[in-house]
Amino acid sequence: MKKKRAAGVFFSLMLTAGLLAGCGGNQQGGSSSGGNGGGGGGGDVIKIGANLELSGGVASYGQSIAEGLDLALEEINKEGINGKKLELVKVDNKSEAAEATNGAIKLISQDKVVAIIGSATSTNTLAQVQVANDNKVPLITPTGTNPTITNKDGKVNEFVFRTCFIDPFQGTVAAKFALNDLKVKNAAVLIDSSSDYSKGLAASFKEAFTQGGGKIVAEEAYVAKDTDFRATLTRIKSANPEFLFLPGYYEEVGLIVKQARELGLNVPIMGGDGWDSPKLVEIAGKDALNNTYITNHYSSGDPDPKIQEFVKAFKAKYNKAPDAFNALGYDTAYFLADAIKRAGSADPVKIKDALAQTKDLQLVSGTLTLNENHDPVKSAAILEYKDGQQQFKTKVNP
Amino acid sequence: MELIQQLVNGISLGSIYALIALGYTMVYGIVRLINFAHGDVFMVGSFVGFYAVTMLGVGFFPALLLAMASCAVLGMIIERIAYKPLRNAARIAVLITAIGVSLLIEYVTIYLRGAQPEAYPSTLLPDRNLELFGVVISSQSLFILGTSLVLMVLLQFIVHRTKIGKAMRAVSHDAEAARLMGINVDNTISATFAIGSALAGAAGVIFGIYYTKIEPLMGILPGLKAFVAAVLGGIGIIPGAMVGGLLLGVIESLVSGLGYSLWRDGVAFVILILILIFRPAGLFGKNVREKV
Repeated sequence: MKKKRAAGVFFSLMLTAGLLAGCGGNQQGGSSSGGNGGGGGGGDVIKIGANLELSGGVASYGQSIAEGLDLALEEINKEGINGKKLELVKVDNKSEAAEATNGAIKLISQDKVVAIIGSATSTNTLAQVQVANDNKVPLITPTGTNPTITNKDGKVNEFVFRTCFIDPFQGTVAAKFALNDLKVKNAAVLIDSSSDYSKGLAASFKEAFTQGGGKIVAEEAYVAKDTDFRATLTRIKSANPEFLFLPGYYEEVGLIVKQARELGLNVPIMGGDGWDSPKLVEIAGKDALNNTYITNHYSSGDPDPKIQEFVKAFKAKYNKAPDAFNALGYDTAYFLADAIKRAGSADPVKIKDALAQTKDLQLVSGTLTLNENHDPVKSAAILEYKDGQQQFKTKVNP
Repeated sequence: MELIQQLVNGISLGSIYALIALGYTMVYGIVRLINFAHGDVFMVGSFVGFYAVTMLGVGFFPALLLAMASCAVLGMIIERIAYKPLRNAARIAVLITAIGVSLLIEYVTIYLRGAQPEAYPSTLLPDRNLELFGVVISSQSLFILGTSLVLMVLLQFIVHRTKIGKAMRAVSHDAEAARLMGINVDNTISATFAIGSALAGAAGVIFGIYYTKIEPLMGILPGLKAFVAAVLGGIGIIPGAMVGGLLLGVIESLVSGLGYSLWRDGVAFVILILILIFRPAGLFGKNVREKV
């Protein structure tokens, strides 16, 4: 009964979103002939939008990105860009794909932004790709790592960019780290089958791990919002893996790590940037998290002076150490500001061209050069959890 | 060994279902209403317990009692506002109202505190793992099983041995006749909701401790599963809820243990359909249904 009702609500939402998407496209199509520059480019401010997960299941990602953006804009606006200041318009997509689509439409049609930053997760970003392409407004995701965001079926999404590396890279790095540094020969994989992100990481991990001579001894799946993983973990444990690859988001990962340790599955567990949240430590507990590793975009413990400068500025404003989402939010603002400066105008199409030509841009999360798929080529950091703290382990270059 | 471990996993999962199913089945047994808001009262109980522990700094038992008391009040309010005006309406109207109440509680909670999850403090109850011949049993899951059993016995006692229980059974049998006999039907139904909701509140706190993570939509799936458990055991029959819950937990664990973890929820609902087709009265149901 209830299932049915949930499905009903879901479909009607999707339908509404679809209708709205259609409307938005038409509206913009009409107005662009009448001159697009009148909107965000006018006056002394350039309006940019942020479509983020400010509430909902993965709120911690969106909030962290927003903090990074705010800090970067404060710094950028001290000097201004070509004599203008950047103004950030934030919308909350509640961690839902349908809301993300609505948010993008609102930013473009009502707020007339010249570019959209967001969202944090791949699924919510994918929900805006069509809107961005149709309305010819650049969309930059700080942390959406799924490859299909920028490149679908061999065709580049002209107006879509990202600041982070992509899933296959994270999976490959994890596989290499497991084989070479942890020296394990067989591994188990546990996937969130409701997430494109999780499946993407798992696929590239499996490929790189088996190519490197390793063996996948167990492959299991769960769906987001599950709470009891003991049966699946018992099954994994009986396959005797030396290593568990667990690409997922912190809510479920926290519970899985906790329950795995309870059942005596004490092998190293590794995941991707989806683990990176203070909530993970609260849910899993400090002890359970020992002997776990993640691939991430950056580490605040990295001795690089550019990073340490950012860490200092961030601590001064927020009184805490920045995580990778803070750093990527910060970097995304600079990535966009650099493109607007080079474009010499606030025209979304010119900004898009400038973004695509970004080369050797020095950012906190590494030196950013875009390849032909609009994907950055840059390094990944490997972090280890020790007593609930992330420690910088090593940096891996592409 | 793996099989035994899976049975242990299943029983600990099933105890949670049983705990929620007890309240479900009791309300159904007395007022013939499938209270779909039960899972959400469970969620509210979980949050009351969480805030009691983190903000008031109380221990486990005060938090549990506070959650049970607030849920009892919430249950009575829901009954008075949403169900009482519909007491003589068609049953489908009440059922739809129950769904509305469920959504209302979920989204008011999100409105008030946001949808982000919270983590229960881990220090509330000691958590030790007992290892017997390679099978790991957590002390918390034994505790949950024990609590469910105690509450089941207590509920049986209330319904069958106390004055209010006698009134409940009378109302369940024939509300009009009960009224003629001088039983205050409204108060009796209120008491039924209070007890059922208090049980949901207790289950919420225990769920929070066992699974750590709580969030505003956490009541939906456990609520539905508890409903399946109640139907499996025979809805309205208190020991049936216990057995149905445990059985459902074990079946789900075995399904996952065989490598079909993505089919787990599907199997639970297939069981619901099969039971409704072939044995609508449930495992413990008799031809002449025993009123609780």
